[in-house]
This record gives sequence, structure tokens and C-alpha cells, in this order.
Amino acid sequence: MCLAIPVRIKAIDNEGMATVELSSVERKVSLVMTPEARVGDYVLVHTGFALNVLDEQEARATLALFDELEAFEAQYRAESEA
Amino acid sequence: MRYIDEFRDPATAARLVDRIKRLARGRRLRLMEFCGGHTHAIGRYGLGRLLAPEVDLLSGPGCPVCVTSATDLDYAVALAAVPDLVLATFGDMMRVPGSAGRSLMHARSEGADVRLVYSPLDALALAQQLPDRPVVLLGVGFETTAPGVAATLLQAESQTVDNLLLLSLHKTTPPAMRAILCGGDTNLDGIIGPGHVSAVTGSDAWQFVPEEYGIGVAVSGFEPLDMLQAIASLIEMAVEQRPRVENCYGRGVDAHGNAAAQTLLKRCFAPSDAEWRGLGALEESGLALITDLQHRDVRALYPLDVDRAPEPPGCRCGDVLRGVLLPTACPLFGRRCTPRDPVGPCMVSAEGSCAAYYRYAEVQDA
Amino acid sequence: MISDERILMAHGEGGELTRDLIQSVFVAALDNDELRALGDAAIVPAPGDRLALTTDSFVVKPAVFPGGDIGKLAVCGTVNDLAVAGAVPRYLTTGFVLEEGLELALLREVVRSMAETARQAGVTVVAGDTKVVERGAADGLYINTAGLGHVPAGRSLGPERLCPGDLLLVNGTLGDHGMAVMMAREGLPFDTPIASDCAPLNDLVETMLVAGGAYVRCLRDATRGGLATVLNEWAGDRVGLALNETALPIAPAVAAACEFLGLDPLYVANEGKLVAAVAPDAAPAVLAAMRAHPLGGEAAVVGQVTASHPGLVTLRTPYGSERVLPMLAGGQLPRIC
Repeated sequence: MCLAIPVRIKAIDNEGMATVELSSVERKVSLVMTPEARVGDYVLVHTGFALNVLDEQEARATLALFDELEAFEAQYRAESEA
Repeated sequence: MRYIDEFRDPATAARLVDRIKRLARGRRLRLMEFCGGHTHAIGRYGLGRLLAPEVDLLSGPGCPVCVTSATDLDYAVALAAVPDLVLATFGDMMRVPGSAGRSLMHARSEGADVRLVYSPLDALALAQQLPDRPVVLLGVGFETTAPGVAATLLQAESQTVDNLLLLSLHKTTPPAMRAILCGGDTNLDGIIGPGHVSAVTGSDAWQFVPEEYGIGVAVSGFEPLDMLQAIASLIEMAVEQRPRVENCYGRGVDAHGNAAAQTLLKRCFAPSDAEWRGLGALEESGLALITDLQHRDVRALYPLDVDRAPEPPGCRCGDVLRGVLLPTACPLFGRRCTPRDPVGPCMVSAEGSCAAYYRYAEVQDA
Repeated sequence: MISDERILMAHGEGGELTRDLIQSVFVAALDNDELRALGDAAIVPAPGDRLALTTDSFVVKPAVFPGGDIGKLAVCGTVNDLAVAGAVPRYLTTGFVLEEGLELALLREVVRSMAETARQAGVTVVAGDTKVVERGAADGLYINTAGLGHVPAGRSLGPERLCPGDLLLVNGTLGDHGMAVMMAREGLPFDTPIASDCAPLNDLVETMLVAGGAYVRCLRDATRGGLATVLNEWAGDRVGLALNETALPIAPAVAAACEFLGLDPLYVANEGKLVAAVAPDAAPAVLAAMRAHPLGGEAAVVGQVTASHPGLVTLRTPYGSERVLPMLAGGQLPRIC
């Protein structure tokens, strides 16, 4: 289950609601589960609620893993062709 | 960083597929994806086809719509017919048939006031707009959805919106996972862990799986690279015989989960026994409203008499949900049971295993 | 003169109020000789030897949405049905079913829009009818149309002409109309720049047929059910259709709205998009002609006709896998799972 998509926080009002945006589509969502969220953060949104603030460092770490993978696979291919 | 396209890169996907094939060479590994969202993603991106034959992806009972019992559905349909009552539901539930094939959509065609909502907060707004009518939110979903429903009820309390009621069909995932693993007949090599449930519960919630059952869990996001990375991780664990919980969705999930969400759940719900389609009754696997919120429990206010619904004859959804039968192996699949005329919930729900197989059917080689 | 601001049952009863309504709202906006005559039937010269006839009904809610309204839609829908059959659209009729209580201002806006679109498309609305039903019985207003055109000699379009190897072309972005209407409804409070693509395609079709002649095998407008649905209607015993996901033009906002709601843009309605099957040698010229036309700026080749899997429509993903796009049982509903 769980259709939740990463969206950017554009604005936060005084009542714990944020305006979030994805490719010009905007919607108001509740930050009751992510009170620490700030404008500019990316959050996972499910049924009108932000579930978690996305961790950019973690995201970059995952992507770096993929880059390592490229180097690893290239080396593996070179070795197996030798 | 927008967190979507970066995790959809086809070139990286190809490398991950190569890696998976290499790690799994000479074996046939059975991995269960425990989340309807994953079934959907695997179908949408055609991952099953790319990883065959080394990897078999089985679909487990992670679809909250599919595992809603027919009896519960019959109750919802009966409720919708109560004069003046408004039933607010997510789109997923509209076409699910109860016994005798009757769905909320049928009820609406017969005059029931059934409204589609995207968020529980929409149901609250509806209740505020219609103060003289009971507005019932059909609460379906696991740990991802239930906290939002809880927050909505608490808001209704503080704003004294007394006419917002809840039909809680919410369930929790660890009991279902145990039921699958205890069954003993699934022979799994790994579990692709539900990413958004884990955002709430924390990845530690799955520690019991490697510890008690010796099977690895890789918590996965929903983009293609997320899933391929998680699958690669599970294969490594299986080959090295080092089962553990690996959080492959670090950007959205941590070990302990979302404390605010967990608190919301505790403030509104308590574990209760629940009936799961295909798995039967599982102890403490449902979420029922706590005593202080009984005034919002629609079952207490409308104790309608609904007969216990029998399983449709010939329906193998139970075996499909437990991962012991592929949809294509069910004798009814594609013949008596199609998305247009579904027999069981696995075909009716768009994310049910059978509907996903039907929808994302592999192209047969010419 | 009409002094009330809303439609009353009396407007439908055939007396003075009816006559005044027709004159001041319909004839004033639509304004042509045949209509002004207000006979029981419009007498028009036959436009050609082979007549094309179509009918359509419009019940869209809300009646006015970003990019259009039910009146514009009524003209476009009817004109496009004729155009993709290879016909030159000429005459339209239109029947209105009005709900008691409908605001006259809304009706005027819709009829004006209809008139403007008819002028743009080069068609004349020559006959009409109005009925009024009780409050609660018609959801505002419903429009029914019939369209008449003629098919020039030598033209023959249809799925029986599809050949394996033919290329599939669309004239622009997919899913705009359906998402615009969905986003405009209450209960789905999103804020988006998405607008309906509602447009009359007859001029574009003529341009394509000039460029490709008989090498244009078949045309369909990708309305209800979207591109995937209309292609399923083309797939048959001899041919299948294969789409290439990376080639599909989809506006980022439409893609985002679909992600939010769990919908597939390939099954979302369009009202200004067609799909054409064109012989491969003629495709570059037809594509160029489309791109030069105001309604084809983002035209693209999105797939081809194939003998590999007769009866099936498939999609090749960016990951090298292929999946089937089936006919859906009903429409798509937003999902949370």
C-alpha cells in the first residue's frame, strides 16, 4: 500500500498546514506528523499528510552507492573479459 | 534533488539488473513483496520480466483493500444505505464487491450517498458542511494511513465536529507477516519490506523476521532503482546466508520510525482482533477506536445485522495472498475472474495481485 | 424579455418565455440564416456525395473548467468525430436539457462559447432544441449534438487499413483534459495550471491528409478512456500496437497530478488530441505538417503497428521491459494504495 510522493514545501501557515508543490501542482497538506519540516524541505505525502521529511544526505548516499556500482561493474566486466 | 527522476535512471537500472543476475546466477530465488504499492510498481516498470528466471517476485497480503473481508464490505454497503448517512471513502474501495457482488458503487447507483475523498481531512470538511447528517469515513489502510485518520479524529474532537464517525477497517502489517511466515509453505528467500509503512513504524519493526525466521528484509522505496537495490541486497543476504534487516530507503525511513505518527496511533487506536481475507482471523492485527473515542465508532452507533459472508466458490485469493499460488495459476484467472467481472478481491482492487498481473501482463513471446 | 436570472420550468413549455429564451440566448449567439428561420427543420444543401453523420452528448461537470466549457466541448467533440472519419464537418444540431434553477448567465456563457468555437471550426449550428426539467434532474445542463459532414472522394480511413510497420503519431501532450476537469471538481482541492486541450481538429486533419494522402491509414480522437483505450479498439485479429513510453508527450503538471492520484495518463481523456496510423515512408512529412500547425506543435511518433501480438496494446518501458495496456473495466478512480 501507500501511494506517497515526494513534494517540496512552498509555504507553511500558522495552523500546521503546508502548501506543497510537484511540477506546478499544488496542494495543502498537514504537517502534524512532521512538525520539524521547513519551507524548502521535501516531504513524502500520503492522503493529505506529510509522513516524513526526506533526508537529502541519505538520498545522495544511495545515489553514490549506484555510482560505486558502476565502477564495480565496469571493473568486473573488464576482469571477466581478460 | 527532486527525489523522483534520480531514482528512475534507466542506465543505473540496467546495471542493477546485471548485478542481480550475476549475484543470483544458478539459483532461483523467491522474494515476496509485501506491499500493494510494490506490486503496482513492479508491474508498472516491468521488473518481474527483467529479473526472471533467477528471481521470482511473489505478492503478499500488503493490499489493505484486498484483505478487507467480504463481511466488512457488506457492512459498509449496508451502512451506505442508511437514510441521511454519508459514507466517505477512498477511491480504491468503490468497486470492491462484498458477497453477491455488491460494491459501494452499486450502493451509490441505488441512491446511497457515497462520496470519494482523497484525504481523511476531506471527510472532516464534509462533516462540517453537513452538520445534521452522520458522515462516516471508511478507514482502510495500514500504518501509513491510520495516523492521518487518527489526526483527523483528534481535530474533529477539538473542533467539536460531532457528526464525523469512523468505520475502522485498519490493520497492522507485522501480524500478517508472521502469519505468512508461520504458514511454512511459502519458502521465501527474502522479503521486500513496505517502504511507507516503515516510514511510520521504523525499519526495526521487521527485526523479528531474520531473528525468528532466518529470512532477510530489505525495506524498499517505490522507484525502480529503490526496488532493484533492495532486491540485490536480499540476494546478497540469501547467498551469504546472513539474513538481517537492511534499510534501502534511507531517505524516507529510519530505524525507529515517526514518533509523532506512532503517538497519533496510540491516542486513538488499540489493537484488536481482525479478519483478513485469505488469512482468516489474526489476533491483535486490527486497529479499533479506544474507549474515549467510542462515540465516533460507527459500529457502536449502527450495529447493523450483516450475515457472515462466505468465500466465493473456487476463489484462490487466500493462496495468492499467502504467496503459494501465482495469479496465473489460479483456475479462475482470466476466465471466470477478470477485472471486469472479478470473483475475489485480488482481481477487483487495481493493486491486487491478480489485477496487477492482468494489467501488467507480460507480453508473450511471439 | 427575460427578467428572471434563472431557468424556470416555464422556459420549457413552448410559450413566450421559451421563444424569448431561444431568441435572446441561442439565436443571438449562434446567428445564422438557417437557425434564424427557426423552422421545425433546417433545410441545407447536401454538402457532398458521401455524408458523414455523428451524435454525441455532453454531461461534463463542472460545466466550466480551465481551458473550456461544455459548449466548446460540444462543438469540438462533434467536429472531431467527423474529422477523424475523414469528413469535412459542416452542420451541427444541438439539444439542451436545462435544469430548473440554472443560472442564465452560465447558459449565455456556454452558448457564446459554442458559437465562437463553431466559427473557429467553420461549422454552422443550424437547428436546436431546449427542454427544461425539474430541479435535481439534470445536474445543471446537458447538451446533445448531431453533426453532418461529407467525405471527399477517394478518402478511406479505418482500422482495417492498419499495416504492421505503420507508425503511430499524436499531435501533442496526453491527459490534459481529463486531469483539468478532475482537478476542477470539488473534493479534489489541488491547485494546478492544467487546462483542457479542448480544440477542433478538422483543420489539422486536413493538413495531415494533404501531407500524407492515402498513407494516412486511420485516425481516432483519444477521448474517453484515453490513448490506451482507443488503441485497444484498433487492435484486432491481424494487428497489435506497441507504444514507447519515453516517446509519449506528457506535460509535467499532468504527470504530477497523475502521480498524486495514482492514475495512468494513458487512460485519461483528451479533447484536442488524435492518434494517427501512418505508413512509415510518409510519417516524416505528416509529422512535419502537424508540427507546423498550431494544434500540433508537440506532435510525436509514439509507437507502431505490429504483427507480433495481435489484439494487444503494449508499452515498452524505459527499462527495456514490455507490458500490456489492457482495456480497463471502468474508468480510473484515484487511489491511495
